[in-house]
Amino acid sequence: MSPETSAIGILGAGRVGTALARLALGAGYEVRVATGRPPAEIELLLEIMAPGAKAGTAEAAIANSDIVLLALPLSKYRSLKPELLAGKVVVDIMNYWAPTDGTIAEFEGVRSSSEVVQEFLSAALLVRSFNHMGYHEIEEEARPAGDPDRRALAIAGNDPAARGIVAAFVDRLGYDAVDAGPLAASRTFGTGTPIFGATFGRSEMERMLSVEPVA
Amino acid sequence: MELGVYSFGDVQADAATGKLGSTADATRNLLEAIQLADQVGLDYFGIGEHHTREMPASAATVILGAAASTTRNIKLGSAVTVLSTDDPVRVYQQFATLDAVSNGRAEITAGRGSSTESFPLFGHSLNDYDELYAEKLELLLQINESESITWSGKFRPALNDALVVPRPDAGSLPIWLATGGNPHSSVRAGLLGLPVSYAIIGGQANRFAPLADLYRRAAAQAGIAQEKIKVAVASPGFVGEDAAQAKEFFWTHWHRVMEQLGKIRGFAPPPRAHFDKEASGAGALFAGGPEEIAERIVALHKSLGHMRQFFQTDVGQMPHREFLRSIELLGTKVKPLVDAELGTSEPAKELTNVA
Repeated sequence: MSPETSAIGILGAGRVGTALARLALGAGYEVRVATGRPPAEIELLLEIMAPGAKAGTAEAAIANSDIVLLALPLSKYRSLKPELLAGKVVVDIMNYWAPTDGTIAEFEGVRSSSEVVQEFLSAALLVRSFNHMGYHEIEEEARPAGDPDRRALAIAGNDPAARGIVAAFVDRLGYDAVDAGPLAASRTFGTGTPIFGATFGRSEMERMLSVEPVA
Repeated sequence: MELGVYSFGDVQADAATGKLGSTADATRNLLEAIQLADQVGLDYFGIGEHHTREMPASAATVILGAAASTTRNIKLGSAVTVLSTDDPVRVYQQFATLDAVSNGRAEITAGRGSSTESFPLFGHSLNDYDELYAEKLELLLQINESESITWSGKFRPALNDALVVPRPDAGSLPIWLATGGNPHSSVRAGLLGLPVSYAIIGGQANRFAPLADLYRRAAAQAGIAQEKIKVAVASPGFVGEDAAQAKEFFWTHWHRVMEQLGKIRGFAPPPRAHFDKEASGAGALFAGGPEEIAERIVALHKSLGHMRQFFQTDVGQMPHREFLRSIELLGTKVKPLVDAELGTSEPAKELTNVA
């Protein structure tokens, strides 16, 4: 276990948040989960859905974690507090789905939703990943390193060091991380792209993202 | 264990040209399907509100009301009513009327719905998604408690000692809460003491076991009476005589609907290998022969303890004949096998007013 990433904070306890909490607990991370509700209200939920995860306030979950996962609905991203996330490695799992969530003007431009979120969380080290995979697959598809059926996840973010930290996290959770580069590259794996919802191994994902293979 | 079927009123297609059939024909076909489901001893038929050319079941209570007159025992419900964009007073009146004409067989399943056509259609904003649902569910439950309502909220005019009639013979209607697996919804159903209906449409179905546990634990914490706690499961499913042929056939139609949805919602349609995995073992797609489907229902019951399972069969312009055949096999072959394992469902109520 690398000493710098041992604790994960998850904002959101829906389907995605609880699935990632279980997966991270299984990989040996300490996990804190926060929602918009008081921690006591999600204690039972976590006890059953992600035994071992601690309910906390957003402040505590963020302050005590090395990586923070955004697993809330995108429409609520403005409820996040940018000052709490300043300097933090933050993984954005959210997606903009106009056909199911309604049209939101600020996400209708050419930028990916993660670029819009990064603008709001201006001092966070934002990395987009896990977003292009179905929530029910997150646990079922995880495989140990070297497994021939191991799937690849794309990652994109403006801070290379943060991308490295998230790549190691993705790998420990059971997926090959393929570094797509800066956050603008996350436009290639949002909703409506050929990568979204599809299954690829590392080399196929590299081809899809047109990145140089890792030797 | 209760078994049943649900449909979004899918239109059929011309086998030669692929041209979509009429929405009126599809509606009449649905009546025939409900009648058959009753005849073969199935327990439940649900109609899920949709508003598209392919899935035109926009007015479930009209269809169910007509079906009430040609059926005897089958429970008639919505799967689901998109409560967020409807008026709870009107929803209640319609289902209470259905309950009267069907001699107590009406059920409401309230949900947000996975498709959102009804929002622009009825002048609602998706930005109010959560708030609309919370407010309307609260009002619907209040109406179910009492015929005279005093209430005020944000999205509809206030009610001051307003009368909502007719009233169900049993005093209240079963109101199920539908959820696709968000843990907060299971907690909500448990705390409110509502039966919960899980839509399990992908992935491993037994991953819902912790959710069912969460639901029961939340209900226990809130001191809810045991008999109010019920779990139902809704999944895609198709039964054919031959297991391999049934899977092949359902793949064609399931894949078609996934392609259509994928285009609208921006995801890649799942490949055949994905289907094969989900159409076996603990997967969410219940396509196969009668013995296999019965075994899989029984196996899922061991993890979820559900009291009802019902299948969406007529997807992707499935020919009506095959839809009917699957209903028949579900009632005549699968149900006896499941009953032999788990015991029969509750006996149908004695009906006194049936002509």
